[in-house]
Amino acid sequence: MADDASFPASGQNSGFQASRRTLLKTGLATGGGLFLSFGLEANGALAANASPMELNAYIRIMPDGAITIMGKNPECGQGIKTMLPMVIAEELDADWSKVRIEQALSEPAKYGSQVAGGSTATPTNYDPLRRIGAAGRQMMIEAAALTWKVPAAECVADMSAVAHKPSGRKLTYGQLAEKAASIPAPDLKTVTLKDPKTFRIIGKSAYGYDNPKIVKGEPIFGIDAKRPGMLYAVFVKCPVYGGKVKSAKLDEVLKHPGVKKAFVVEGDGEFNGLASGVAILADSWWRAKSAREKLVVEWDEGEVAGRSTAAFEKAAAALKGQPGKMPIRKDGDADAALAKAAKVIDVSYSYPFLSHTNLEPQNCTAEVKDGKVEIWAPTQNPQPGRQIVSKLLGVKPDDITIHMMRCGGGFGRRLQNDYMAEAAWMAKEAGVPVKVLWQREDDIAHDFYRPGGFHHVKAGLDDKGKLVAWKDHFVSFADPKDPTKFAAAADMGPTELPARLIEHVTMEATLLPCGIPTGPMRAPRSNALSFMQQSIFDELAHAAGKDPLQFHLEVLGEPRLMGQTGQRDSYDTGRARGVLEHVAALSGWGKTQLPARTGMGIAYYFSHLGYFAHVVRASVSNDGQIKVEKVWVAGDIGSQIINPTGALNQVEGSVIDGVSQALALAVTFENGHAVQTNFHEYPLIRMPAAPEVEVVFVKTDHPPTGLGEPALPPVIPALTNAIFAATGKRIRTLPIDARQLKA
Amino acid sequence: MPYTLKVNGKMQTVDVEPDTPLLWVLRDTIGLVGTKFGCGVGMCGACTVHLDGVAVRGCQTRISTVGTKAVTTIEGVGSTDIGAKLQKAWIDHDVIQCGYCQAGQIMNAASLLTKTPHPSDQQIEAGMAGNLCRCATYTRIKSAIRQAAGLTPALAEAPAPRQVLADAATAPKA
Repeated sequence: MADDASFPASGQNSGFQASRRTLLKTGLATGGGLFLSFGLEANGALAANASPMELNAYIRIMPDGAITIMGKNPECGQGIKTMLPMVIAEELDADWSKVRIEQALSEPAKYGSQVAGGSTATPTNYDPLRRIGAAGRQMMIEAAALTWKVPAAECVADMSAVAHKPSGRKLTYGQLAEKAASIPAPDLKTVTLKDPKTFRIIGKSAYGYDNPKIVKGEPIFGIDAKRPGMLYAVFVKCPVYGGKVKSAKLDEVLKHPGVKKAFVVEGDGEFNGLASGVAILADSWWRAKSAREKLVVEWDEGEVAGRSTAAFEKAAAALKGQPGKMPIRKDGDADAALAKAAKVIDVSYSYPFLSHTNLEPQNCTAEVKDGKVEIWAPTQNPQPGRQIVSKLLGVKPDDITIHMMRCGGGFGRRLQNDYMAEAAWMAKEAGVPVKVLWQREDDIAHDFYRPGGFHHVKAGLDDKGKLVAWKDHFVSFADPKDPTKFAAAADMGPTELPARLIEHVTMEATLLPCGIPTGPMRAPRSNALSFMQQSIFDELAHAAGKDPLQFHLEVLGEPRLMGQTGQRDSYDTGRARGVLEHVAALSGWGKTQLPARTGMGIAYYFSHLGYFAHVVRASVSNDGQIKVEKVWVAGDIGSQIINPTGALNQVEGSVIDGVSQALALAVTFENGHAVQTNFHEYPLIRMPAAPEVEVVFVKTDHPPTGLGEPALPPVIPALTNAIFAATGKRIRTLPIDARQLKA
Repeated sequence: MPYTLKVNGKMQTVDVEPDTPLLWVLRDTIGLVGTKFGCGVGMCGACTVHLDGVAVRGCQTRISTVGTKAVTTIEGVGSTDIGAKLQKAWIDHDVIQCGYCQAGQIMNAASLLTKTPHPSDQQIEAGMAGNLCRCATYTRIKSAIRQAAGLTPALAEAPAPRQVLADAATAPKA
């Protein structure tokens, strides 16, 4: 399930453990599923006061009936703080309108994996959290049955109360909480789950829990954290990745009004750790930032200073027609099949590095006191941050408390914790709480970029227009520490289509030295590979003289499952066909008369366990201006849409995000640093360019899966295919160069 | 330099350099952190506040230029009729994903609707073009502004997608 090597593997996600008030036994059942039995202490002392009854690590019930459910994962706009508690509340039979949600601390011993990444939260938590809620319901029913001295089977739970059917008696969860907390907790493996047909909360739109706070500007984001005596910091790093401070003149900086401290930080030499740089701490952020302008620093830029986008492009172009150095997949004999093919297309595709540009710039607040560290971090992935801080400061992981603050956007950037290392180090050095905040320019200059890439592809059709051979030489980037390994998120797996669908497939790679930090960005790999693969499929359809939808269905063939169901390297051609056919019907594919220079494009992609197909309708003016008029989406993420409004919002956002990337976004490098500095050079999409999006979910008999990512990848090729349909011009490089689209 | 400001109806005296942007006076000196920092160059709109009811970028407004103009922030806009309608519409349409830009969006929309009470879609798009939403909630922002302007009735339920059952023809054969 893990998207990144740093994520815990699937199955390790289920290690719930004891809170202080509960005795829990935890472990993995044979087969890797969740095994959790929890028994509460028979606790008279607890019952004597009015403190909340903690049924388990997730559920607290007050005597007045108020229910608090913990939100276990970081919230970065994916809606997880609302959605996972819905799952618990459903099985608990709680009154949703009275449920309060509290953001959990980062406590993996108690909550298992707490990561916002890889669209993993739904598939890994849906069943375990249903069981947590169901156990709570069972305890409430048991408590009522004991009170009334009736069989539990005669009692039913509904809307935070238990009723005794034969007598009509009723007790609320608040009235039952104390007794329920004294009952031995049931084995989660054997609790009875509700029939989905009876769901009242799952499947019904729930508004974002924090929305009322957000529309009033209440302080809930990382950047809003404040501690008594806190100083505000800027941290100045070398514009060239991996560069180090050679010397720094701090006198003028220290004379600036409000500046309390300024010092050089050596760093630990890790990208996702503490960079070398200069810390400036002042009594307001503006004063720290203004003092920065007086800083004179000489950098040792290191070897990355030689890197440039122009050099990457030149090196990649020179590899066209050459064999790749690293095999990814070899089935049959692609060279021989291409030699015999009736038609061969021989094309090169490329896409750029991208910045995540969370609207909330990276920041973190830290306090070091009495050998303990407390951190307020807008992070998607707190646990690796804890390890980094532990190592840097020489503090035990257990002595580090991490508050997972609401993130002003994640998109994968906040899977890294470099800002956490900076804040913790500065707080320790300064001896006071510190909030570090990056400027936008820092944020674009020091990202873990979506890596760019180049593909030299030959594909062959037989005389019936059937795809028979595929050969992809992928020119990508090497890990800074190991030239034989792909850089982070710069790889391509051996199951990319058309692998397993046709007989003759060669996929190989050559890795260019890079040294620029890379990392996952929303739908990592898929957000780039989809463009290459689905554009070429469209090229092949046209070369074969076939309608692209028809061509796609022929390539997919009969509905069948390749690989193991529920695995990321599986592929269910039936589900892919399903979303294609639904999006075709929804969009009027092949049945719509279009004006001149207007076209529709179709594409599909499977990522993060979700199947999506998109149709884009776009027009191109005579001077090359693109208008994305409408996007139709069909998605299959299984049997259950947990929170429909949230699901729709994710799809709309993913689609417009993808359009934004395709139309205008790129980070380029000169002399080892990013050229782009702020939004005038990295023009995110704005309201006038955002298309209308119409969505249908195709419900299939599969476990529900995540939605932060899989709706993004198909929109980019669907758009470039629409532009081809409108203009006859094939887009093989991103972002789209509008100059080549003039009439 | 001491400056006396009227913020959300309350007089506040601050002592900061004349070039300090209003954004940072609000956030770090006064402690009103609802106004957000996104780009520092007036390109994203996250820091939008009102001076005498008109939207300005807090990061581009030096404290020395504020004078006696009344400052309204997201923390105070709910006490205006249009601000309250926008806040309700934002909730009714479940606009928010990460939420970071939304204070600025609401402040900009309030200024837009004050100037143009019944905007066309094109006027909404043009009027809101200065505000970035990285999560791309633009379609919902537009719908919420229409509702706040009284152009559409209040939404009774949050927006939801259509859901259909897969037909048997697409079921995989194991």
